Amino acid sequence: MITYINGRRHELNVSDLPKNLLAFLREELDLTGAKKGCGVGACGACTVLVNNRPVRSCRKTVADIVDRNVLTIEGLARGDGSLHPLQQAFVDAGAVQCGFCTPGMVLTAHAFLLANNNPTREEARKAISGNLCRCTGYQQIIDAIEAAASHYR
Amino acid sequence: MNEKNPAWRNDAAPKVTGRARYTDDLKFHNMLHAVPVYTDYVHARIMEVDASAAMKQPGVVTVITAGDVPGSVTFGQIIRDYRMLAGDKVRFNGDVVAVVVAETRDQAVAAVKLVSVKAEEMTPLLDPEEAMKPGAILVHELHGSNIVNHHKVRRGDADKAFKACDHVIEQEFRTQFVEHAYLEPETAVAVPRPDGVTEIYASMQHPFSTRRFVATLLGVSLADVEVRTVPMGGGFGGKDDTASVVAARAALAAKITGRPVKMTYDREWSVRESYKRHPYRISYKMGFSNQGRMEACQIRVVADAGAYCSVTPWVTWRSTVQCCGPYDVPNVHCDVYGVYTNNVVTGAMRGFGSPQMNFAVEQLVEMAAERCGMSPTEFRKRNMLRQGSVTVTGQKLDGHTVSLEQALDSTLAAAGYHEKYGRCSFGKAEGDELYGIGYAISYRGMSLGAEGMDFNSAVINVQFDGSILLEAAVHENGQGAESAMILICSDELGVPKERIRYRMPSTANIPDGGTTVASRGTIMGGGAVANAARSLKSKLAERLAPKLDCAPGDVRFKDGHIWGKDDARRMAWPEAMNQLFLMQEYPYSFGTFKAPQVTWDERTGQGNAYFTWVYGCQAVELTVNSKTGRVKLLNMVASHEAGKAVNRPMVLGQFYGGMAMGAGYAMFEDVGIEQGKILNVNFDQYRIPHSTDLPEMTAIIIENHDPASPSGAKGVGEPTNELMAPAIANAVYNATGVRRFRLPIRIEPRSGGGRP
Ligand code: FES
Ligand code: FES
Repeated sequence: MITYINGRRHELNVSDLPKNLLAFLREELDLTGAKKGCGVGACGACTVLVNNRPVRSCRKTVADIVDRNVLTIEGLARGDGSLHPLQQAFVDAGAVQCGFCTPGMVLTAHAFLLANNNPTREEARKAISGNLCRCTGYQQIIDAIEAAASHYR
Repeated sequence: MNEKNPAWRNDAAPKVTGRARYTDDLKFHNMLHAVPVYTDYVHARIMEVDASAAMKQPGVVTVITAGDVPGSVTFGQIIRDYRMLAGDKVRFNGDVVAVVVAETRDQAVAAVKLVSVKAEEMTPLLDPEEAMKPGAILVHELHGSNIVNHHKVRRGDADKAFKACDHVIEQEFRTQFVEHAYLEPETAVAVPRPDGVTEIYASMQHPFSTRRFVATLLGVSLADVEVRTVPMGGGFGGKDDTASVVAARAALAAKITGRPVKMTYDREWSVRESYKRHPYRISYKMGFSNQGRMEACQIRVVADAGAYCSVTPWVTWRSTVQCCGPYDVPNVHCDVYGVYTNNVVTGAMRGFGSPQMNFAVEQLVEMAAERCGMSPTEFRKRNMLRQGSVTVTGQKLDGHTVSLEQALDSTLAAAGYHEKYGRCSFGKAEGDELYGIGYAISYRGMSLGAEGMDFNSAVINVQFDGSILLEAAVHENGQGAESAMILICSDELGVPKERIRYRMPSTANIPDGGTTVASRGTIMGGGAVANAARSLKSKLAERLAPKLDCAPGDVRFKDGHIWGKDDARRMAWPEAMNQLFLMQEYPYSFGTFKAPQVTWDERTGQGNAYFTWVYGCQAVELTVNSKTGRVKLLNMVASHEAGKAVNRPMVLGQFYGGMAMGAGYAMFEDVGIEQGKILNVNFDQYRIPHSTDLPEMTAIIIENHDPASPSGAKGVGEPTNELMAPAIANAVYNATGVRRFRLPIRIEPRSGGGRP
């Protein structure tokens, strides 16, 4: 059984399948970008993309990623280590404060922009409605999504 | 976003790439995991905690109880009443009676239910008014009373003044328990070092406070504990006591086992145990004349402190000082009580005792305006504090710009308040949507005031290639404190910010600077950085003047160079630093900033409570659906005095985040407690604002130079979070024609034909 995480092929064991996906990513693969804010699927801090769709990894198991492509925040930056335009937009817009929501927020926004590369602010607002941020009031996050959209066109 | 001025912060790139390592992301060789054990009790006398069965579970290394504590099990910042491990009594449902330590976190969690607690249940004290009565059972016998503190203001003669007033309004207000809801729950790792020092990495906002808690529990001296800072996922005032206690328990487990120990909280534990915003009961009596002049206020406030004191006396002190809002009131009689109960502990939260008072005062002034047949703005302008006014504690506001009216005018202009006010529905509309616009104003004392020790320090250590290591006793809570310190240093020295590295401070290399709360990070830490930079500059000027052919007083620092008189000669910064090393001089300086003297007479409640003040105004437009009661926010506008915006996009971020949190406070946030037990312990039940709950926001930064702040900056973190609730309450009134005196504001769906 295999899965692809950030473009890399991973062999999975049967014993891995029932494991919690968030714990698996964080503990076993040391991909600690995904955060645990609630553990019950209510905050979005643990968001990763599976086949370009945002999922809450705290509510999934490894079985859910068999034969799928998983993108975590660690896989979004360019190969040379430079920031993805969306990440740069988050930095430039002042959309990052404590940063705990940021990985999940960036990935949710990335999936959204892949599907809609010319969104209104209202659409962007709806797209991130499942990701909680206590610091920013979301205003500058929406600014960032708006600013980054042209890079997806 | 301003295209030309992208935001900058030193820690943004690591955070957007997931490379930033927060506490729970850290792993150490041979690390154990610790988890807390709670009981079902709310108030009980503990007879026995039996961990023998839990000890035998697979992977369990030890179970720690109060009896294993080598130091003192109690601590507190003001009153030493906080039981880091409950041994004698359970005083609230979040009390921890034991800590299970195991090889894996799952093993530790599995063993928790095998710890059995025998206890004698006691009647819980859940109502602070009951708890205040003589003869009530005591939460802390040693304290001798359930009253934690009683602050007052006595000014003029309120009793007499009321008799002469044309109008008197009496009203009760109630506010709720509120959860900070930082996205990252409490977590700490303690690592025993070979030299005997216990090293702590933790999600906390006060490394020095954490160090005191840890050293106390371990029974060691402060130098035997080193608290290191790591990125942390939000604090809002909430990561002081509880976060420190979590670190102390991890440290104890590390000490006992000799191995690194991580203690990471689940959200449910965090909500259950961590302190909250105080619920207030406010009885307010306000007297005023037909001409709309406020003559007298009588105020009684009872704040539920919960089971431990935490910083209740300080929180309620701010409420006392600011009890009449930003108005000139000649006769004031105010009593504010903090009271122990068996409810969840309450303590510091962004706003710190002002959001509750503003909710009351800013509605009352509009009720009074209506009585006088005056517009809310006219009434406020007749009473508001201006340059040279005297506050209710007798402090004359001078030495800084009193920008209250400026804040009010700019907010109302940006919101279009005057045009829109006439369109408010006041309960009557064509369709179902009732429209309202409302606003509120406030003033706020900066930093700690007479609450406590208020000084800070910074170190600038320039290397011989000109690069700079900067350190200040200010903690990065996510607000961008480090970036602000770097920018202040860069500005002072005229050196590009890219050459400055903020050295993650540790309690082992910078003096205790107090806690990064009370919006004091930028003003206090920035003040220390500015002073350190200035003393470095005078040293450099002294040494380099001969090389620049001028007197030391003529030397200037800008554009990466050091300049002589009239810019005739210059030296590049790196070259100059190299020169200094050749002269065997360190380009090193230590700067401090002490808050100017404040005064307070606890008996009369008079004094110069804070060394400087800020002013603000927020407005909101909304609709209320008359059938469903649903409130929809249409836009929010805020103006706040920032002194000088050191990092503009970060300042804006504080505005937006503060308004958002204020909107949640107004509309739905509410820790539901039944018989002392919290019902909504996770985000699926405790609702904080989602993006779709909020409208577009407008932020107006007011900048008036304040000589009391060396860097020019003043804090904005808290003022932005203290006004949205009364603004929304006023807008809801203007929409529905009905006042709401309780938070959160709940509007029942209409049954029959009445107003919602
Ligand atoms: S941790 Fe998964 S949604 Fe909150
Ligand atoms: S930046 Fe702190 S939760 Fe979003």
